[in-house]
Amino acid sequence: MRVRFDTSALRQTEWHQYAIRFVFGGLITAAAGIIAKQYGPVIGGLLLAFPAIFPAGATLIEKHEKVKKQKAGMSGTVRGRQAASIDAAGAAIGSVGLLIFALLVWEFVSSHRSWIVLLGATAAWWVVSVSIWQIRKRASTIRRKYIRVSS
Amino acid sequence: MRQIVIRFLVGGAVVSLFAIVGDLLKPKSFAGLYGAAPSIALATLALTVATEGASYAAIEAHSMMAGALAFFAYASFVSCVMMRYKLKALWVTICVMPLWFAVAFGLWSIWLRT
Repeated sequence: MRVRFDTSALRQTEWHQYAIRFVFGGLITAAAGIIAKQYGPVIGGLLLAFPAIFPAGATLIEKHEKVKKQKAGMSGTVRGRQAASIDAAGAAIGSVGLLIFALLVWEFVSSHRSWIVLLGATAAWWVVSVSIWQIRKRASTIRRKYIRVSS
Repeated sequence: MRQIVIRFLVGGAVVSLFAIVGDLLKPKSFAGLYGAAPSIALATLALTVATEGASYAAIEAHSMMAGALAFFAYASFVSCVMMRYKLKALWVTICVMPLWFAVAFGLWSIWLRT
């Protein structure tokens, strides 16, 4: 399956679901600052990779998939759960990119222009995440072909 | 107080932006990458560099690596549980949250604690 943009998800999403993600994102960013002030940057830094909006995102995906299947006359419960699981597997891949992001910022932010480091680290997050996703996708395609041939 | 409000607004905006991009993308496994986007980190580190300096931001980024490993453990476990058991996404994602804290603070205690 090719990567593509699908704007239908935006129409399915209600305003309060955007508000929830804005509030959780804002709260955890503010909390990271307060905790860093109170307990130091080492503890505050841990929160920079906290899955703050992950539950909201996974719930939204589960709901969208379920509604889509229900419109087609099916229950959609299983499909919704699978979609949330696949989304979580994608996030696990993205977290490897997040590790590289942190590594690059740690290594270079003190010695280079901060905005360039942050921009470069974000680009590295994307490249690493997408590359792992592509490798995983190709590996599963090859595995499926191999199973088909051997059976 | 002003600092906290700025952090809240910038953090909320950056997180929402990455979330919307993730919503727009298909297939779901690819969109999932954006679930682990460095949105909170970008907002926090940019503001930290401006207020506390680059060295302070570097310390935060160093311990963020432990947080990222905890995120990997958390997301992998959520994915496995969701695929195997008939449980709602909201319950699983919230109930597994202690795993993130255990891994993050476990790594902090053996690796980052001085």
